[in-house]
Amino acid sequence: MANTPLAAGPSGAKPKPFITPQRAVVYTVLIVCAIFFLFPLYIMVITSLKNIQEIQSGNIFIPTMHPTFDAWEKAWNSACTGLYCEGIKVGFWNSIKITVPSTIVSIIVASLTGYSMANWPFKFSEVFFTILLLSSFIPYVVMIYPLVIITRELGIYSTLPAVVLVHTIFGLPLLTLLFRNYFASLPQELFKAARVDGAGYWQIFFQVFAPMSVPIFTVAVILQVTGIWNDFLFGVIYAGPTNYPMTVQLNNIVNSAQGGKAYNVDMAATILTGLVPLAIYFFSGKYFVRGIAAGAVKG
Amino acid sequence: MNRPNPLFRNLNSKIASLPMMLIVLGVFVGGTVWTVLFSFTNIKILPIFTPKQWIDGFVGFANYKRLFNSDRWMSCPAITKIGQESWQFKCTGAMPNMITYAILAIIISISLGFLLAVMMDQKIRLEGMFRTIYLYPFALSFIVTGHVWAWIMSPEYGLQHAMRELGWTSFSFGWIADRQMVMYAIVIAGIWQGTGFVMALMLAGLRGIDEDIWKAARVDGIPAWRTYIQIVLPMMKPVMVTTFVLVASGAVRIYDLVVALTDGGPGISSDVPSRYIYQNFSANLGQSLSASTVMLVSMAIVLIPWMRMEFGKKSQA
Repeated sequence: MANTPLAAGPSGAKPKPFITPQRAVVYTVLIVCAIFFLFPLYIMVITSLKNIQEIQSGNIFIPTMHPTFDAWEKAWNSACTGLYCEGIKVGFWNSIKITVPSTIVSIIVASLTGYSMANWPFKFSEVFFTILLLSSFIPYVVMIYPLVIITRELGIYSTLPAVVLVHTIFGLPLLTLLFRNYFASLPQELFKAARVDGAGYWQIFFQVFAPMSVPIFTVAVILQVTGIWNDFLFGVIYAGPTNYPMTVQLNNIVNSAQGGKAYNVDMAATILTGLVPLAIYFFSGKYFVRGIAAGAVKG
Repeated sequence: MNRPNPLFRNLNSKIASLPMMLIVLGVFVGGTVWTVLFSFTNIKILPIFTPKQWIDGFVGFANYKRLFNSDRWMSCPAITKIGQESWQFKCTGAMPNMITYAILAIIISISLGFLLAVMMDQKIRLEGMFRTIYLYPFALSFIVTGHVWAWIMSPEYGLQHAMRELGWTSFSFGWIADRQMVMYAIVIAGIWQGTGFVMALMLAGLRGIDEDIWKAARVDGIPAWRTYIQIVLPMMKPVMVTTFVLVASGAVRIYDLVVALTDGGPGISSDVPSRYIYQNFSANLGQSLSASTVMLVSMAIVLIPWMRMEFGKKSQA
């Protein structure tokens, strides 16, 4: 076996060979899998930098010698969705308009409910908890009809408020559980001490709990923003054509074959759509993992 | 002095929880009950719940009969080979497609996720980098995942074209255009998106195992791989159940990925229940509602292991 000795200084107990057969296997598996996971990202990026002749004549694996951002520019500004040719930027702004209010409203409602359930239990709050838990598993598609009826009766079907309302509603069960579990895990002495000092419901929430809960609020924001940004179904049903979010616009751009398929533009639009959640993922690091893990395990 | 009315105890708490209570009861409970109830009627346009509409339109299980007789939902002709006693079923349709996807996604993403987690647990270098690479697809929308993989797997320009151009002329990879194979193409994309998350769950589970277990196993001279399989794996049962439920529930509701990757095609050979429900919205409401109910039942079945675990915990305490 080609064992290279450890080059570093003589710290530690027992000199160990740098590469053992086991470690070689471990790293091989890890690297092969890493290539599989990175491969589509690589393809997306190099395709978006090619021009259309290179795509038709060239090889999907081989990057272009003359990278150009033309496809990105076209995807953002002038790609056709079937209805009009204003690019995916329309979808981007729509997604912002949908994501921001739904995230804020759902987090306010969920944090208050979670706080009530954890610290001010009332009759049936345990039953309520179970219903919440089960609700977060109900497939969205099953709820389409009831929500069409509700939004239609409210007179907002196929508008921006409708899609915001639906996203808010569907974010609530999971978020409430998240907040409830977090608040329940805080030391109860804090709560009791504040009570003894005469603080009431709102005071304890805003002056004692909220300042301690920055991590959980961060996790909730990440959970909601990525979830809502990535949604397709609710956008296509409730938003109405003028408010289609980015995912729906992307789908329309890719599926509209006006004047031949422009795969470089499609891939540029695809990257642009993935960019916001990816940026959140890369910059929030451990919070993202905690967010999806906590949310998923509890929900 | 009057004793305070119990209704007004913790009044603020009740007021703050009120919107949520209304939403949960009105939308989640109400919506589910509405869907199930009206799946037994012949309604054509969306009604608001009135008992009279329900009684007038009641048709029993007629929608379900039509649903399971429709080839788009499920068709399982028995294939008999001439001269052979044995015969087999080859099921097609939305429901069998979903089950195929669910079984493969569960098996592959859980085994691959566990393998990766074990590898990551070997005190490796650059753990953070590997974790980031495995997990980033999970941040993406299924629509994004679907379109990327559709491009990669496109027989015209994708992998197949590239391999043939590089000299491997017999290479063939046209799964997304092949009725028999298209579901496996969707599984590949689903695995790519979801395995990193399974790995993260499993790794958290592995890290949660007491160091003393490892020490004891080492003292007893048990090799590491056997410790993983015979000691650690059984101890990770709660994590496994959670992972199973999450992957399986994701598979039951699969929709966006199929829409982006194949849009149910070729033909309707990769249709799934969610897409079926959505497509029958206007034309075939009764069937759509009964399909929704079937989906709810599937979801309940998937939740059984997890509910047993939760219930078991309570009865022990």
